[in-house]
Amino acid sequence: MSGERLLMSGDDAVALAALHAGVRLGTGYPGTPSTEILETFDRLGGRAQWSPNEKVALEVGMGTAFAGARTLVTMKHVGLNVAADPLFTAAYTDIEGGLVLVSADDPGMASSQNEQDNRHYARAAALPMLEPIDSQQAYDFTWLGLEISERWKIPVILRLTTRVCHSKTAVVPRDSADEMAEPRFERDIPARVMIPAYAKPAHHRLRQKLAEIADWNEQDGPNRLDEGKAELGIVATGIAAVHAREAAPEARQLTIGLTYPLPLDRIRAFAEGVERLVVVEEGDPVLVDALRAAGIPAEGKPEMYRFGELNVERVRRILAGDTSPEPIPPKGKPPELCQGCSHRTVFQALRDLDCIVAGDIGCYTLGVLPPFSAMDTCVCMGASIGVGLGMRHVLPEDQARRVVSVIGDSTFVHSGITGIAEMVYNPPATGHLVLILDNGTTAMTGQQEHPGTGRLLDHSPTGKISFEALAESMGVQNVHVVESSAGEEGLKTLIAELLAKPETSLVVTRQPCVLAAPKIRFYEKAAAEQLAAEKGCAAEPAG
Amino acid sequence: MSMQTNIIIAGVGGQGTVLASKLVARAAMDAGLRVRTSETIGMAQRGGSVVSHVRVSDAPIASPLMAPGMADVLIGFEPGEAVRSLAFLRPGGTVVTNAQPVAPVAISPASAAYSGQAMLERLDGCGARLAVIDGASICAEIGSLKVLNVALLGAAAGLGALGFSLDQFETAIRESVRERFVDMNIRALHAGARSASA
Repeated sequence: MSGERLLMSGDDAVALAALHAGVRLGTGYPGTPSTEILETFDRLGGRAQWSPNEKVALEVGMGTAFAGARTLVTMKHVGLNVAADPLFTAAYTDIEGGLVLVSADDPGMASSQNEQDNRHYARAAALPMLEPIDSQQAYDFTWLGLEISERWKIPVILRLTTRVCHSKTAVVPRDSADEMAEPRFERDIPARVMIPAYAKPAHHRLRQKLAEIADWNEQDGPNRLDEGKAELGIVATGIAAVHAREAAPEARQLTIGLTYPLPLDRIRAFAEGVERLVVVEEGDPVLVDALRAAGIPAEGKPEMYRFGELNVERVRRILAGDTSPEPIPPKGKPPELCQGCSHRTVFQALRDLDCIVAGDIGCYTLGVLPPFSAMDTCVCMGASIGVGLGMRHVLPEDQARRVVSVIGDSTFVHSGITGIAEMVYNPPATGHLVLILDNGTTAMTGQQEHPGTGRLLDHSPTGKISFEALAESMGVQNVHVVESSAGEEGLKTLIAELLAKPETSLVVTRQPCVLAAPKIRFYEKAAAEQLAAEKGCAAEPAG
Repeated sequence: MSMQTNIIIAGVGGQGTVLASKLVARAAMDAGLRVRTSETIGMAQRGGSVVSHVRVSDAPIASPLMAPGMADVLIGFEPGEAVRSLAFLRPGGTVVTNAQPVAPVAISPASAAYSGQAMLERLDGCGARLAVIDGASICAEIGSLKVLNVALLGAAAGLGALGFSLDQFETAIRESVRERFVDMNIRALHAGARSASA
């Protein structure tokens, strides 16, 4: 493998590096632009799992890392919000096996509800952050992240962005790592039990680790200097660095790979050698603020370039200080619910009944667009249930009765179950209705499995959560399952009936995603055949 | 003087733009050239607009994305999408577009119906070298709707706009698609090339 030049995406490069570096388990939750990492890791022969959500994924990853196994945890940027609780305290612990957490950010929101800049998390949680500029660095930094993680016993964040994830550039892989020691539990209570007595010294240890990593970064960090004229010096990170190289090839450029903790002395020396210093970074002014706080005089970008992705043209404008209005790109063809999509029936019914719809994250968010326009809120994974309940609590009765929460199957498992607990525990006076739009897959991100499908990441069978049984056991008063192929009228009648009752209700509308249906049938058939074969074997007389 | 070809491939989700960019990248790798590609993935899966940037060079390339006015070739899988990406084309560049439009479903009744013809007229007036390909006829001739991508690639290659010969693309197809689809794609490649020169 070594020496061969492969064209691959940043996502695939992370997966390949994880394989070569001997990662024992990859875990995560699907989300554009991170999804392909674990799928590729699985395809290459790595062990990869989807967790119900990012918090659980990181917790599983902490367990494997505590046990001494190299670990990869993947998620999109907003997923890190869900995983933030374990993240901040994982930083205090000492881990044994290297843990690289991929945060795939989406500046420009190609497929996300916000464009938050997760570089803030590195500083907030006090964790090292690596930011590759292309697929080669995605490969190298995955490996480097595991090494940093093991050397300082600290989780490392690998921050990718959409263009690094989904651009294909050449990668020259290394030889695979030598066989690693088998995971084994070594007790170290003060390093892993974060009660105040142990967490107080742990916080001091964390700051000491960061100081050491910063020192290492000054001399040996993955930071690259491109020689150029002293008139213009550029400090850049991530994909913005390659745009800058093209926008100003004559400039002297320092590209920072380990962006937290920063090599401030090196940057200061660089700054002293140039006449003008400009920081080129996508998203928030994180790097420029850090340089200014350290007393390094640097120019940032005008506020208008905080929004959206950067590209060569925008970097040229930043360097020229150009704040004139940018040409508005023509609007693209909007996405839409597929022809034959089972969600269409549901949104027709909700529109016809003039429901107030608290929506959620998934394909079905497209129900907000014409011809349905049948969604009134959408914030984050799982929010539909809480938001719907909140509206029910305070709206006048005639409006409260029209409030419905709509959530997909994968999103329900991700963070809707606690919403049901809230509904049963604090029911509004008018009751409430939750619709689970169960299309049997995580459709939006490209048809991934989840705990409600009964299949693993590689589509082989496993345990399956029944939403209706779960709702009943949690104490929801009315639980119904409707095949949405049953037609709009039946569904409409049922919804109208339930809205009229001052009770808690949950309806599962069940019909496979039209795109996934042939594959689902294939997986089900394969599972049935395997089961039959196993039964056949069991029936053989022992001998 | 270094050689560089910048290609924009514009379509809507499901039309096979990703394979087209993969084939150009494959041909470039085979020729020992540098290549960077970038796709939009995500909402694209639900039929939204997709644009791929493909950059080929014999010298290192920095950014995977082109700035406006940098593309040598614009391949439109749909006339409206070609118009939408026109800003990327350099003066004197080449546009190869499929003739058949894909209308957005959610056109409001008040607005004029979407006309592919208006889009083609716009392309015709832009000063670029233009080849309009009857993708539907080629797909019918080959017997598959899925070969539109390779037919358009064949058209652009036939015009000499991509810097690779049809033979080089044949090799790239053999290396990139499943064996049972190879012949079909190679026929589409040549049908596209013939159509562009006609």
